[in-house]
Amino acid sequence: MSLELKEISKRIDGQTHIYPTSMTLEPGSFNVLLGTTLSGKTTLMQLMAGLEKPTSGQLFFNGVDVTNTKVQNRNVSMVYQQFINYPNFNVFDNIASPLRVAGLPDAEIKSRVGRFAELLRLSPMLQRKPSELSGGQQQRIAIARSLVKDSELILLDEPLANLDFKLREELRDELPKLFAEKNCVVVYATTEPVEALLFGGYTAALHEGRVTQFGSTGSIYREPDDLISAKVFSEPPINTANVKKQGAEFVLANTIRWKAPDALAGLPDATYIMGLRPHLVGPQAHGKQSVQIEGEVLIAELSGSESILHFTFDDNTWVSLAHGVSTAKIGEHSTFHADVSDAFYFHADGKRIRA
Amino acid sequence: MAKITLSDLRHSYMPNPSNDEDWALKYLDLSWDDGGAYALLGPSGCGKTTLLNIISGLLVPSHGRILFDENDVTALAPDERRIAQVFQFPVVYDTMTVFDNLAFPLRNRGMAEPEVKARVNEIAEMTDLTPMLKQRASGLTADGKQKISLGRGLVRTDVNAILFDEPLTVIDPHLKWQLRSKLKELHQRVANTMIYVTHDQTEALTFADKVVVMNVGEVVQVGTPVELFEKPQHTFVGHFIGSPGMNVLACDINNGKAFLAGTEMKTSNKADSKSGKTEIGIRPEFISFADEGLPVEVTRVSDAGRFSVVDVMHKDLAIKLLVNEGENIPSEGAKIAMKPEQSRIYADGWLIEEASA
Repeated sequence: MSLELKEISKRIDGQTHIYPTSMTLEPGSFNVLLGTTLSGKTTLMQLMAGLEKPTSGQLFFNGVDVTNTKVQNRNVSMVYQQFINYPNFNVFDNIASPLRVAGLPDAEIKSRVGRFAELLRLSPMLQRKPSELSGGQQQRIAIARSLVKDSELILLDEPLANLDFKLREELRDELPKLFAEKNCVVVYATTEPVEALLFGGYTAALHEGRVTQFGSTGSIYREPDDLISAKVFSEPPINTANVKKQGAEFVLANTIRWKAPDALAGLPDATYIMGLRPHLVGPQAHGKQSVQIEGEVLIAELSGSESILHFTFDDNTWVSLAHGVSTAKIGEHSTFHADVSDAFYFHADGKRIRA
Repeated sequence: MAKITLSDLRHSYMPNPSNDEDWALKYLDLSWDDGGAYALLGPSGCGKTTLLNIISGLLVPSHGRILFDENDVTALAPDERRIAQVFQFPVVYDTMTVFDNLAFPLRNRGMAEPEVKARVNEIAEMTDLTPMLKQRASGLTADGKQKISLGRGLVRTDVNAILFDEPLTVIDPHLKWQLRSKLKELHQRVANTMIYVTHDQTEALTFADKVVVMNVGEVVQVGTPVELFEKPQHTFVGHFIGSPGMNVLACDINNGKAFLAGTEMKTSNKADSKSGKTEIGIRPEFISFADEGLPVEVTRVSDAGRFSVVDVMHKDLAIKLLVNEGENIPSEGAKIAMKPEQSRIYADGWLIEEASA
């Protein structure tokens, strides 16, 4: 099925939570709502599900207006950050509960539960109670329950946020496989850009109640329309700095110069905003157009295989992301190399300057 | 401040532990140098909270001793151990001012008011709380409140160690780096022994000079962040540290040579045929597509932006590799090469030490 939002908005007590939003989610698509805490992800999902009534606008399932249809009559499932299971039911009955409500025959229930338990690796523990299982397993029960009833719309609200790091990685790997064979519309809310990227599909960048950009995930990441969408889709945060266009060159902090891309040669001389993703800044010269930045290290964050260095340059905090384990110390003076060939440029109002 | 020694430690929550699984802590023998920054890293259920409770005195171990310098503290109550603790959620007295919150542990111990003032001001300066000293704690944001907790942990001058239990859980993701940086800086300034407990590799590796990695009740490696990444002593460490983790591939050993699904592989260490369950461990970053190598089928490409995680199959072996943005991913007739110096043989999970050449 398809889901269409037409100028949907939500105001609560005179405050706008969601500004008028229009978007169409295609049948069988995986859609990520990406934004920080309080950007409006949960509200938008509740509007899609029918748990909240929009202040204005309409919602269509397969072209049929369901704006006033109750959530019970909509065939949707939702998975929350705090996994919800029936504590006195065993795993089997937890997964089976929506099928029992729908009055399916026992044999059918058994085969469906068995299939999804297998997919989510819950088969060995079907007879156990949720409280005897780990957080990751409990969340897998909730996910299995949302899948088992063949909903047309499945909404997942930061389902991995409360899990251990490694479990998150594992489930991130599994989730897209589970949905690949289904024809339902999946909507997945997250604060983490890497999740959006790994899931692929489509992404809506959300900021303060507005969808700033919606499209295929790769295109939003690589071709942001504006500075906000670029910021929403960058973890660690994208480096931004004012640069001056002077003739054929861009100038940063009055000292660092490089040749502007040919496509921007005609851009009038003025001050613009440059956006440079952290992985384009590293300890070694790299890429097509490398410039040097001298900085003082604030901290090296180590993730295991990569290092994120925060440093100050020109009264600004910069971030570098490089492969390998850094041994840089706090306060150390260090030379960084930025590949400006893949920089984004924005007008002062945040609109992207396109080549 | 003190050196902490955990000697021959074992703990079970059962009255009569009989087999291996009955032990929450199987065996532990470690010492932590005075003034060091350490992390205890492992998944939920690995025993790190048990160990933390043993150090703080909430739990008496079934076996073994804990020494602070030369003093046996195994039987001492928490308040007799002079340990400061910072928890997952900020513990602040909402009705008190920030100043009174920081002063609380000192006044409790009867410190004279002029000294309290001097010390609180010093700590407030370190934790960036000086401008808020007169405010009520209730008005602060989550990271502000957690700074009070940190400050209270640091304020006493007589503590043997400071324990941190997942202290950044409630902090907004984009503010975490600032508190991480603050913590590291504080460690450098106060040179106290600090132990940081977490399941998050970034927290552990960023904070600690040495990380103790635990899994199912035992320590699997103690090492610097570089050592944990470059030379995991156990397949668990290879899997747990790094994202995605190390590939762990079942292999056969024949005449001292390692075979992956029948193909001989060059590795940096050697195993003999009686080594038990043998596996080759290699990180996804050390595998690349090549003209010569193991033939594979590409099953999935996940675009992570600056690189792609590529899943491939060689016969029934599932392997992950990383390919940088812009590099070619072959669709047919793909072959992969594994760096021999980064391929290691593990027996029953443990790294087989490299024989000296």
